[in-house]
Amino acid sequence: MPLLGKTAGGLYWMFRYLERSENTARLIEASLRMALTHAHSDSEEWSSVIRIIGAEDAFRSRHDRCDAASAVDFMLRDKSNPSSVISLVAAARNNARIVRTAITREVWEAINESWMSLQKSLARPVRPRDLPDILSSVRRQSAFVRGALHGTMLRNDIFDFARIGTFLERADGTARVLDVKFYALLPSVMHVGAPVENVQWETILRSVSAEHAYNWLNEGEASASGIAEFLILDTRMPRSMAFCYAKIQDNLRYLASDYDWRSPSLDMAEAMAARLAGRGIETIFEEGLHQFIHEFTRKSNELGGQIEVDYRFYE
Amino acid sequence: MTGDEMPFDEMHGKSGEIRPAYLSYGDWLEGEETRSLRKKSSDAEALFRRIGVTFNVYGEDEASERLIPFDIIPRIISSLEWSRLTRGIEQRIRAINAFLYDIYHRQEILRAGCVPTSLIAGNAAFLPQMLGVSPPGNVYTHVVGIDIIRTGRNEFYVLEDNARTPSGVSYMVQNRETMLHMFPELFSKVRVRPVSDYPKHLRRCLRDCPPEKCAGRPVAAVLTPGIHNSAFFEHAFLADQMGVELVEGHDLRVVDGRVSMRTTRGYVPIDVLYRRVDDEFLDPLNFRPDSVLGVPGIMDIYRAGGITIANAPGTGIADDKAVYSYMPEIVRFYTGETPILRNVPTWRCADPDSLAYVLENLADLVVKEIHGSGGYGMLVGPAASKRELAAFRRRLVARPDNYIAQPTISLSTVPVFTSKGLAPRHVDLRPFSLVSPDRVHTTPGGLTRVALRKGSLVVNSSQGGGTKDTWVLED
Repeated sequence: MPLLGKTAGGLYWMFRYLERSENTARLIEASLRMALTHAHSDSEEWSSVIRIIGAEDAFRSRHDRCDAASAVDFMLRDKSNPSSVISLVAAARNNARIVRTAITREVWEAINESWMSLQKSLARPVRPRDLPDILSSVRRQSAFVRGALHGTMLRNDIFDFARIGTFLERADGTARVLDVKFYALLPSVMHVGAPVENVQWETILRSVSAEHAYNWLNEGEASASGIAEFLILDTRMPRSMAFCYAKIQDNLRYLASDYDWRSPSLDMAEAMAARLAGRGIETIFEEGLHQFIHEFTRKSNELGGQIEVDYRFYE
Repeated sequence: MTGDEMPFDEMHGKSGEIRPAYLSYGDWLEGEETRSLRKKSSDAEALFRRIGVTFNVYGEDEASERLIPFDIIPRIISSLEWSRLTRGIEQRIRAINAFLYDIYHRQEILRAGCVPTSLIAGNAAFLPQMLGVSPPGNVYTHVVGIDIIRTGRNEFYVLEDNARTPSGVSYMVQNRETMLHMFPELFSKVRVRPVSDYPKHLRRCLRDCPPEKCAGRPVAAVLTPGIHNSAFFEHAFLADQMGVELVEGHDLRVVDGRVSMRTTRGYVPIDVLYRRVDDEFLDPLNFRPDSVLGVPGIMDIYRAGGITIANAPGTGIADDKAVYSYMPEIVRFYTGETPILRNVPTWRCADPDSLAYVLENLADLVVKEIHGSGGYGMLVGPAASKRELAAFRRRLVARPDNYIAQPTISLSTVPVFTSKGLAPRHVDLRPFSLVSPDRVHTTPGGLTRVALRKGSLVVNSSQGGGTKDTWVLED
């Protein structure tokens, strides 16, 4: 059964947008907690989050001050901001409508319900006391869609494109958190091994829903290099960059065997996966974390562009 | 047959007795509480929203996906009524296809003087590009919706022929799914003929007409104008249910003499294209050059036997309301039979005597544009204000050949569920027929449109109409 290039692209973007909406909701949750426990760093905290989602210019053009209320409204329900949660979920649903014939009724209904419930809960500015519920419902709805995907879809090229979109976005999200947050925590390489302040690393881990897992694995002992290793290299951690690349590589390999054609994007993904697998965190710190992350983000973007070309998403 | 009499109600007789087709349903309904029906009614709406059975309203933003209101009381047709209706529909459809073939070939019907040449010449729906072209299997109208209205126990009329791109079939299927979901027990009491196999029949019907150059199993696809089209849901629904691709113009191009779709593995030829794009947008090289919805060169491929286009280009001529007025003659001419279904009496305003009559009786008549659809550009005399009548009169005098007029017919009613209980509302019926070279198949059921406003005769969804599930009973 042939799959339209446009449909493959629609699936890929549907799941990228969905993943991004979930990542943004997580970031807001983590910062909210940070702000609640450390009121003094409020403004800095929120502007760093807006930097993570790459929307500084858009934010500045709308708001003079960066505080919890303006930042949360901007990231959650501002329809004129394409990276707000409401815009991202609408974009995911719009792509789902376009690829309606490629997804099951369960997947469609899950994304449609997610959009409908957000439309309702974000129709008016959100009161602080309702915020935690709304944020967790964003994550829950995204999990519903993913669950429907796993439970009802054929394991064929359609599934591969959905997964590739998910993991490329997730890897990118984790890299952005590390880039903005982690780097700020490291004045110099000298401090790498030193213990960091609890709340700060907690925020990083919370941003990727990993605080519990990390503590469990490390018996509560946290270090900058430990956290970096966990988020970059640990293949047990489903939001780590290495984990995501292993998945991207798998799905591109399935496509290669399905289509009987090895794509240039598979070469690129394998190169990155090898780069993440064959080293310790020390060598990354030697190279410079910032440098490493930037290189990673650039290569991920290139890979995304190559996938669009290889599988004819556009004319 | 005029508006003054009490309209015919399909469920209740004059003294309130329940008519035979509704007996079992009536029994069931009597045992239901109004409160529980009210809940079911709002559940139905939530269900439609969740499934996303919506239509887009032109000129509004994407947030404004609307639902067509759904009424939970079914419209029921007995098996005897249905078999007579379908015989009439199928006779008419055979005549329409013969007429289209003739008009684009020898034009015998014009030579015989049975319909005037002026009806065809200068008619925008007539495509000279189709002259001498024989579509695969000689089928022009693969999908047809003959709109039927009822005025009495055995009185059915054809209101219009939708031979171009009849829409609404997804509602036929979805309305039934909704009823099955909400009232499962009801369907064990009343034996209703299924409609869910429509997509299967459509797929078969499309594959029954492969083009000459088709090698092997025909590849079909649905062509949609895109996500902003008001009927996008239906296009996606049909493609999904048939298991074929849903394509837009920019997914297609001509490769090696075939219309092909861009897939993840390169271009794959399409054999049969069920297009939901109008003729004029189909091919910017042959029709409107500014169209981005079609495929440049598809008409040339079509003429060379490289693709089947369903429905065939140029079928719109049979939709035309002036041609409609000649349909009884057309049926007789090609089938040699007496038409089983009657036409609504129609005055062609192009004819001076008719125009004079229409102008004199404007307040009692329904006047329609010859190429109009969707209830737009139409005058319902008895419901119009003096000012509306005067404005319409001016338009009519300026371009009489653009209009036809019909008496205001009191459409039959079927009860709808309202907050105060059941209330009769006017309905029409669009059954869906599929044409293959050797047969016409009409799905037992159809789309019942209902005017939800009390007394209103306009059932179009764009004008505040709703829909009902339509039941054809088993023998």
